[in-house]
Amino acid sequence: MSLPEPGSSAPSPQASAPSGGAHEARRKALRRFFGNKLGVAGAVIVVGFILMAIFAPYLAPFDPAEQSLLNRRQAPNATYWLGTDEFGRDILSRIIYGARVSLGVALGSVGIGLIVGSTAGAIAGYVGGAVDTLVMRVMDLLLAFPYLLLAIVIVSALGPGMTNTIIAIAVWTVPAFARVARSAVLQIKERDFVVAALALGAKEQRVMRVHLLPNFGATLVVYASLYLAYAILMESALSFLGLGVQPPRASWAGMISNGRNYLTAAPHIATIPGVAIALAVLGFNLLGDAIRDVYDPRATRDG
Amino acid sequence: MFSYLIRRILIAVPLLLGVVFIVIASFDLVPGDPAALILGEFATESAVAELRAELGLDRPLLVRYADTVVNLLQGDLGRSLTERRPVAVILGETFPLTAQLAGAAIALVLLVGIPLGLIAAMRPGSWIDNVIRVVSLAGLSMPVFWTGLVFMVIFSVNLGITPVSGTGTWRHLILPSVTLALPSIAVIARMTRSTVLEVLREDFIRTARAKGISERSVLVKHMLRNAMIPIVTVLGLQLGQMLGGAVLTETVFAWPGVGRLTVFAIFNRDYPLMQGVVMVLAMVYVGVNLLVDLSYGLFDPRVRYA
Repeated sequence: MSLPEPGSSAPSPQASAPSGGAHEARRKALRRFFGNKLGVAGAVIVVGFILMAIFAPYLAPFDPAEQSLLNRRQAPNATYWLGTDEFGRDILSRIIYGARVSLGVALGSVGIGLIVGSTAGAIAGYVGGAVDTLVMRVMDLLLAFPYLLLAIVIVSALGPGMTNTIIAIAVWTVPAFARVARSAVLQIKERDFVVAALALGAKEQRVMRVHLLPNFGATLVVYASLYLAYAILMESALSFLGLGVQPPRASWAGMISNGRNYLTAAPHIATIPGVAIALAVLGFNLLGDAIRDVYDPRATRDG
Repeated sequence: MFSYLIRRILIAVPLLLGVVFIVIASFDLVPGDPAALILGEFATESAVAELRAELGLDRPLLVRYADTVVNLLQGDLGRSLTERRPVAVILGETFPLTAQLAGAAIALVLLVGIPLGLIAAMRPGSWIDNVIRVVSLAGLSMPVFWTGLVFMVIFSVNLGITPVSGTGTWRHLILPSVTLALPSIAVIARMTRSTVLEVLREDFIRTARAKGISERSVLVKHMLRNAMIPIVTVLGLQLGQMLGGAVLTETVFAWPGVGRLTVFAIFNRDYPLMQGVVMVLAMVYVGVNLLVDLSYGLFDPRVRYA
């Protein structure tokens, strides 16, 4: 797992004020996105996993919790496409249901991080002074831990489970969004259109909502996509260690963890669910990269 | 340079104090009484009270915090409940093993990651660039513990060329260090590529070329030196993460370092051990980042006087 350096590879906030050309700009951006084959592949993967999570009961061929002692540790075959685990449960069905856990935790934690972090960061950047210093020092503090370690400390204090896993990962995503939002607000707030709006008597709240948010929205979307990828990896790390979502609930990393005991006799139990994790993370990574390219082609492509 | 050094170190002090506070305060988040949790439901009242006193839970948070800081300054990290030994001694045994693993991994990152990024950046848009980009993105996306298990199935179980787990010989080090290095190799390759492309677009590169300096000299003296700052930053972050976060790799390969120690402490509810380990690891992480900051002065003279 890796940590993106906040601010290092993010697109710069859109330069122009929202205007009549916005529609045109959006069409152009979409065209550029669909021209990026890897980005489209990422979008397809992400949408696929989301649909899988939503329609899990209709897609899964078996009940993910149903044990079958006669069919334990079967290699992939015609009935059980991806084989069965040590209790004879269908691995494919468990992977399909596991998407709910991984995506649920990722969306929950990144959602919290996005809302709490960008609000705190935007306020810090806009108000400045002591508020700014206080907020950003707290964020620095949260970033002073190796990331998995902080999550481990939180989960070991609160206890395992889905909600606490979400909280633990959210604590790590908050500072990243705070930094992005703050630096974006600092860049934008001196721009003419913001100064003009204030001079015309617009309320500060309105200025933030109408003028600032749309202008760093793109940056936040890129970060959200990349952090969804990292959040899935974090959730899988916690679940692998036995600190995340608890059995019998199917989680991808939990399946890998159980399968470790059968590496010699039935290596498919531990290895197959990892493909789901890697694919989902890759999807969000590709998507994030592509959105960044759309808004800032210079970031990864030579001009 | 000297005042810059002092200033940077002074910034790290409140950060370290904050880290210790978070670790100490996390104790108060434990639902119920940690002492009762550790001893189980059949413990006597007096035993629980005794353990509460040993853990310092009978004192208010701020007092406990102040005590911890004073003890830390004297090198005292507390005593492990399960091992009945000072945490500092246990760390002294396990940390070198983690450092060994992280050292081997970071060497791989330098030897493989940076060259890959340079190759990709020299021919942007070429097939080799595309291959490197896709492969590194894939490397970023695979969970470490899973790649570790897959390597184990291939090289230990099926081919039998590496030991399954444990430590001792250089053969034991191969799979864990490669596993730990993979995501970082991907990060550094991507970072190197984008930084080099960025620097190559700078005016001073065009000026250098226009002056007729050899291409080799342009690349080494002008480009590489300027590209080093972001690369070193990310490298430092990766090293810090490895020293503090080899939890997964160590768990998979039963490597008896601090990562596995952390997991052991959690599952045995050995709170003093866990807190001691986490505090030290966070300090190492802050320390590595401080060194990275200081190294900027070496690459960029402007930093020294800023």
